Amino acid sequence: MASLTRPLPSSGPLRALLGLVPLAAVVAFLSWGFIFLRDLQAPSATPSPQIVIVLLAIVWGVGGMVLLFATANFFIEQLPTNWMQRLQPIIFVGPAMLMLVWALALPTLRTLFNSFYDGSGEVFIGLKNYGGVFTDPNMLTVFRNNLLWIIFGTAPTVSLGLLIAVLADRSRFESFAKALIFMPMAISFVGAGVIWNFVYAVKPADAPQIGLINSLWVWLGNQPQAWTAFFQPWNNFFLIVIVVWLQTGYAMVLFSAAIKGIPGEVLEAARVDGANEFEIFFLVMIPQIMGTIITVTTTIIIFTLKIFDVVIVMTGGQYGTSVIATEFYRQYFTYNNSGYGSAIAIVLFIAVIPVMAYNLRQFAQREVF
Amino acid sequence: MNADKPLNKFLSGFFVNGLLAFICLFWTVPTIGLLISSVRDRIDINTTGWWTIFPHQDWVAVEQIKPAAGVDRNAPMTLVGVTHTFEEFREGITTPDGKRLKWIGNRRVGYLEVQEYRWTANTTLTTENYKQVLAGSDYTAQLKDGTTVTERGDDMFSAFLNSLAVAIPATVIPISLAAFAAYGFAWMRFPARKLLFVLVVALLVVPLQIALVPILRDFVTLKVNGTFLAVWLAHTGFGLPLATYLLYNYISELPRDILESAFIDGASHFTIFTRLILPLSVPALASFAIFQFLWVWNDYLVALIFIGAKPGSQLLTMRLAEIVGSRGQDWHLLTAGAFISMLLPLTVFFSLQRFFVRGLMAGSVKG
Repeated sequence: MASLTRPLPSSGPLRALLGLVPLAAVVAFLSWGFIFLRDLQAPSATPSPQIVIVLLAIVWGVGGMVLLFATANFFIEQLPTNWMQRLQPIIFVGPAMLMLVWALALPTLRTLFNSFYDGSGEVFIGLKNYGGVFTDPNMLTVFRNNLLWIIFGTAPTVSLGLLIAVLADRSRFESFAKALIFMPMAISFVGAGVIWNFVYAVKPADAPQIGLINSLWVWLGNQPQAWTAFFQPWNNFFLIVIVVWLQTGYAMVLFSAAIKGIPGEVLEAARVDGANEFEIFFLVMIPQIMGTIITVTTTIIIFTLKIFDVVIVMTGGQYGTSVIATEFYRQYFTYNNSGYGSAIAIVLFIAVIPVMAYNLRQFAQREVF
Repeated sequence: MNADKPLNKFLSGFFVNGLLAFICLFWTVPTIGLLISSVRDRIDINTTGWWTIFPHQDWVAVEQIKPAAGVDRNAPMTLVGVTHTFEEFREGITTPDGKRLKWIGNRRVGYLEVQEYRWTANTTLTTENYKQVLAGSDYTAQLKDGTTVTERGDDMFSAFLNSLAVAIPATVIPISLAAFAAYGFAWMRFPARKLLFVLVVALLVVPLQIALVPILRDFVTLKVNGTFLAVWLAHTGFGLPLATYLLYNYISELPRDILESAFIDGASHFTIFTRLILPLSVPALASFAIFQFLWVWNDYLVALIFIGAKPGSQLLTMRLAEIVGSRGQDWHLLTAGAFISMLLPLTVFFSLQRFFVRGLMAGSVKG
């Protein structure tokens, strides 16, 4: 960027105007690039090799942003010093703030506003949507399910994470074991859904079972079961297992770090006093890592409150497994019921706020990178 | 479990490692089952469990006997010295020498199989599933029994490219915006600085579900819905609060004197940022970049809303979810497709584990 920051020969308004030229050129070039790329993808266009489109799109997106920052800064640096100092923070902070306000702050207000209107979004109906959300029997199942998710998603994740962290801490295979447990965090929910759908797969009673669970179940002398479908309300638990499987690695890593942070003298002192390993675990370790336990618990509560992909992929929210986020999607995009859908989103938001605020306070206190 | 008792120590070590091994096995079996199934023949996947590729005891055919043309299959038949009806043969007859006679197929064109109970393993493996899932047009699959079927491919290769086209810019753009903003908040003085930063932190609380519809409306108005740009912008917005907050924490902790000496040398903010701050922040940037990349790569909801059913722009997660919905029993496609969608994240995980774990830890509070 050294060549860009060299001052132009002239000064004053002319210089500022000249400084604007590269920025304007970049904006024009990028707009042309967008239309060009969009038309390449249009159904009517002659099909061009997809790899070319993809490469062009990546270059356009990444390069465009770099060029915009560079030329905008170049323009600012051509201005008189006092103007430059005043405007430079706008170049640095402005784009991020603009995106934040457009993508999160305003939408929150707009969704709140929408939630007071009917399905068409034109007739103001006050709090009627909220009344519906809290009385509709279908929504009550949804809330029950989210409660199941919170309780039975969080408790096993936290306790298993803790157990594995303690075990791994004493094992010679620590890093290998931790890598295996953490690996599911790399997998998408859709992918995890396929993996577990296969574990739960069901075949007719007279055919060999290809799903692991039903194979064991039939071997024990039972009839094969469609675990995630007609086995209500227990089918919810078969979905929750997936998230425990995905998230335990997260809990384990945090606990592992916390356990290693307990001063050796504390544990040694307890041993000298004659405490056995269980007493050491419950009376010494647990109190020492309480902060981490709370962080993990709140993070997973938030996560389960917003759970969406797993349910959509496994059951589509049918068979009594619908949760807040899937119900929101269904009301909004399947039934076109914008007011009601918005009300559900706001309810989700309000449920998340207190846990999230608490979680962030904890988060701020720890070293992240 | 005192260190001074060797036997105790050995036993507790045995217990710890045994329990740990058991949990690890339980954790990896679902994934292993998927991987093994993805390379098995499509008929095998649907008729036998994936664990049958390991040596196990089972009935194995040793001989096939076709009844002579004139034999009446509705009456009792005499085959290999025993006489039974078709129904009895279909159920399976155990002979005194420990073999089993079983009718395979239907009454008219079926045959009798002489089976022995012995060790066997189902080891026919194939790459056909991957070829079909990746193929964009019609694909002719070669089956184990020599026949072929022609079916539509699932276009996963093109979905892979599309996922890259979405994930790379949707990682670079928010991180760059966030790094600029973090620098601004940390090292520049301007009005309402504190207030704006509080807004950034407050927006961490907003779940993205709440923002989907208003953004979608704007995209429809601006006619960018269904383009990569739309998904980039959405992910940028959703990723920014956390990125800005984390990078601010990092950048504001950088030693003050380095920057001050740079200012004295007459360097501009832009130069200091690109030449000094960015290189110093590489660990934080890399960790967060891995988190954001994986988040976008694995995302389904945002892509579903902003790309929707538009053909040709489908991402991996969308293609996979669509196969689940429309061909949920085609396990040969599902297993191969799922593994293709996991390939890149798993590579990143195993090659950059340190950054990966740090990034995911830091990203855990994402809205």
